[in-house]
Amino acid sequence: MTEIELLSWARGPGLQIATIVFVAGVVIRILEILLLGRKANLAEAKGSEMSNGLRTIVTRTIPDKTTFKRSSVTIVSGYVFHIAMFIPLFFFAPHILFFKDVIGVSWPSLPGAVVDAFAVISIIAMIAVLINRLTNRVMRYLTNFEDLLVWLLTFLPLITGYFAFHRIGLTAPSLLAIHLLSVEVLLIVFPFTKLMHTFTLFLARWYNGAISGYRGVAS
Amino acid sequence: MTKDLNLKNGSLTEISPEKGTLGETLRKQGVSRRSFMKFCATTASMMALPPAMIPSIAKALENARRPSVIWLSFQECTGCTESLTRAHTSTVESLIFDSISLDYHHTLQAAAGHGAELAREVAMEENYGNYLLVVDGSIPLDNPGYSTIAGISNLDMLNEAAKGAAAIIAVGTCATYGGIPHANPNPTGAVSVKDIIKDKPIINVPGCPPIPVVITGVLAHFLTFGSLPELDHIGRPKAFYGQSIHDRCYRRPFYDKGQFAETFDDEGAKKGWCLFKLGCKGPTTYNACATTKWNNGTSFPIESGHPCIGCSEPDFWDGGGFYKALSMPTDNLTQTLKYAAAGAVAAGVTVGVMNRSKKNTSNKIHVKTTLEDLEK
Amino acid sequence: MTATIEKGINALKRQVDSSVAAFFSSCVHCGLCAEACLFYTETGDPERTPINKTEPLRRIWKSEYTLMGRVGKMFGLTKKVDDAMLAEWQELVYDSCTLCGRCSMVCPVGNDIALMIRKTREGMAAAGQAPEGLIAATGRSVTIGSPMGVKWPALRAQIRHVEEDTGLKIPVDVPDVDYMLLLSSMEIMNFPEFIEAVAKIFDKAGVTWTISSEAFEATNSGIQIGVSDIAAELVQRIVDVADKLRVKTVISPECGHAYMAIRWDGPNLVGKPFNFKVRHILEVLDDLRQQGHLKLTGKDSQKLTYHDPCQISRRGGVIDEPRNLINMFADNFVEMPDGGKMNWCCGAGGGVSANERADEIRIKVFERKKAQLDEVKPDGIISACSNCRIHLEDGLEEYNMDIPLFSLTETIAEHLADD
Repeated sequence: MTEIELLSWARGPGLQIATIVFVAGVVIRILEILLLGRKANLAEAKGSEMSNGLRTIVTRTIPDKTTFKRSSVTIVSGYVFHIAMFIPLFFFAPHILFFKDVIGVSWPSLPGAVVDAFAVISIIAMIAVLINRLTNRVMRYLTNFEDLLVWLLTFLPLITGYFAFHRIGLTAPSLLAIHLLSVEVLLIVFPFTKLMHTFTLFLARWYNGAISGYRGVAS
Repeated sequence: MTKDLNLKNGSLTEISPEKGTLGETLRKQGVSRRSFMKFCATTASMMALPPAMIPSIAKALENARRPSVIWLSFQECTGCTESLTRAHTSTVESLIFDSISLDYHHTLQAAAGHGAELAREVAMEENYGNYLLVVDGSIPLDNPGYSTIAGISNLDMLNEAAKGAAAIIAVGTCATYGGIPHANPNPTGAVSVKDIIKDKPIINVPGCPPIPVVITGVLAHFLTFGSLPELDHIGRPKAFYGQSIHDRCYRRPFYDKGQFAETFDDEGAKKGWCLFKLGCKGPTTYNACATTKWNNGTSFPIESGHPCIGCSEPDFWDGGGFYKALSMPTDNLTQTLKYAAAGAVAAGVTVGVMNRSKKNTSNKIHVKTTLEDLEK
Repeated sequence: MTATIEKGINALKRQVDSSVAAFFSSCVHCGLCAEACLFYTETGDPERTPINKTEPLRRIWKSEYTLMGRVGKMFGLTKKVDDAMLAEWQELVYDSCTLCGRCSMVCPVGNDIALMIRKTREGMAAAGQAPEGLIAATGRSVTIGSPMGVKWPALRAQIRHVEEDTGLKIPVDVPDVDYMLLLSSMEIMNFPEFIEAVAKIFDKAGVTWTISSEAFEATNSGIQIGVSDIAAELVQRIVDVADKLRVKTVISPECGHAYMAIRWDGPNLVGKPFNFKVRHILEVLDDLRQQGHLKLTGKDSQKLTYHDPCQISRRGGVIDEPRNLINMFADNFVEMPDGGKMNWCCGAGGGVSANERADEIRIKVFERKKAQLDEVKPDGIISACSNCRIHLEDGLEEYNMDIPLFSLTETIAEHLADD
């Protein structure tokens, strides 16, 4: 298989397979959660479930002050990694073209140098996240194989993307193909790992806010 | 003539200018020493050789005896030949071509029919082991009858001609990687020269067509050093195919700044912005177009406002649409997405129903817990 | 004596709903919940990380209600829940968690971890893995009517004392009144001043109220041990009496989990909405304040702070009311760091104080409260939960701190204006 063939496979059948698994997996997982249902609360309400649930989806993004002080490394590295990762993912022109082709919506891109800078920040933050995971007492206790696998599979698209952007080591078609394949692997494992938090955290935060909000507490 | 030309051992510089050498031919045709040296300098720079090598190139080329060249055309469109003969008619590059002994080329030679085939056979016999074999076009393997010359199948002719060749230069993407005949669904079972010939040095000079100066440059290298130039992992001379179009493109700054032409006639297109969004394959295409350019150095496709189609890469015809950006999926993912989602909703509901019935069962078999039930 | 692992697993299966599934699906093992939990911060023991306490429930969710778990189960790849596993988790689920819900407030993906631990207890209890102390307290609640074994004659005696001291008539079993007051055993036995305080305040405010001789106990061991069936039975006793007496509002006393049990869990446990309202005593007092029926005199210039009982503030929604009331008589009220909905638990709620095995860790984790108090250095601590109050007294004594503790209701009664 030549590198162009590999790239064509990654852009064609590979992407098809990954997309099917990803979309089907995510939809099944979300339905699997929602269809379990939840009993209606029969107690007299002190606040609204819906509005408090929606508010918590937003407010839970901001860490509590004391918790921030106690876990600043975890919180800062986590935030930096997530935000810095979203910049290349959503604002690199070729990525926007991808989304445009698939979902038909597009938005303005950021210059290559900006995207590059954020990719570097994200890579550094991800390494910090890993070091923190392996050294922080609680995280080390909680860490299982899946956590490390998911870290690796998230790291690979970033680093291969960086290599492809700068053409390091291999020819462009190979680098692009490897980058795409790494994304495809990520998409395939996505629905079956904690990567699902990307979607389910909205549900979780809503439930949290709804449960507390019903009792009149802004959580 | 003191010595036979030995293309393989790099001893060409010892040959003095004599009848039948390239130097003699050039002088006869009135090419000045100055313009010849200029060509040598250009060749050296294109091949990334140090300036100190220019005299060696000059000497080698001057003394090179016109080698016999046999040019076989298989499943091809003659575009490669067109490119070569037309583009640089009055330059030294074409003179170099004049100056080889092109003993067989069924488009260019005067002879026809049996005479033409005889010329090939004689050249092969007289120069056995020394001639250069140039091939354009792919070779059909499904049925030898798909492409024949004088009743001889392409496969047989290639095998026979390759036997006595010092080296083979595969010209054009068809000969190098199968090209358009090889494109999906490849009805003739077309393959490249390298797929068939395994025991001869092969230089791939891909492109649809290749840049003429690249062909002559490769030839010059071969004549100078008697060896193959340094090749990349898919057999292309690194000197010409070492960098991507994208990396040498004069529109690259627009890509870096995120300025793209969205259509062929928008403001961005008029301002000469990057053509990535219009499907440019420059980032994955390795060729010299952006530096040597075409039509006597006039321009190259991107300069003319058209995205690179990646013609010097294997399977360029199957790499998604020419006008589909490189980062876009080649197939219709939107459709896949819809079907996958629809199927998943059905599957998800099934799973949901299974979950609920499991929970209902556990509710049903639950017996009210009393104090008695708190201890084992 | 019929608890089995099968019953435990079945109980866990019944506990999984869409919120639990969303929570477990979202956990990224970030460990932030540990830093919100005094059982971790004061011990440094990573096993006590809140989300880890839910492991039995997580395993059941994973193997029974997820696609991958179902497939994994076929190949025997899922982690099992068995007696040994639950036994190992017992100390984490009961001794190392007060269901205070602070973890639920900091989880970045929004998991209500305390809710999941509460649900985990359902499985533990059904599998016979509840602590002896809690089983005993639950037994007394069901058979005697109070976890501390307090019976009506004991309360009747206390009422008589109060009547003698105040000269006020304490209404008993009076129908068609505005309020029916519930009491916790601790108030009856340790803090009868509470009854006195309510009597005085209600007398001044001119509201009608009663205590029931049949259902006076507010606490509910069922929700602490994690047996909804028993919790429902205990709630039903109150519902029956409240319906019989046709009271408008049932008052939950100064007891955190009692409020949770009757106010928020109650209707869901018995499976239908109540015909009456349920209010915490502080909510009632704050209503009276707003209506102008609560008039106080004299200002206290001591530096006072308020300890938010978790089930009343963070989990109960009664946060502003105590502050409104304190400001009526306090000149120098100071919030504890993290006060309000993020207040740190005293360390004794959620059944921990009923579980003798947890005595040591209960005192250990009080260091968190001590650190808060060391920052504020108050002259007095006000609270609104007898269980918090007893434990705070224990802790202060243990750590040689001399800070007086006050019940908010009692303090208000002391400041009542003499018309």
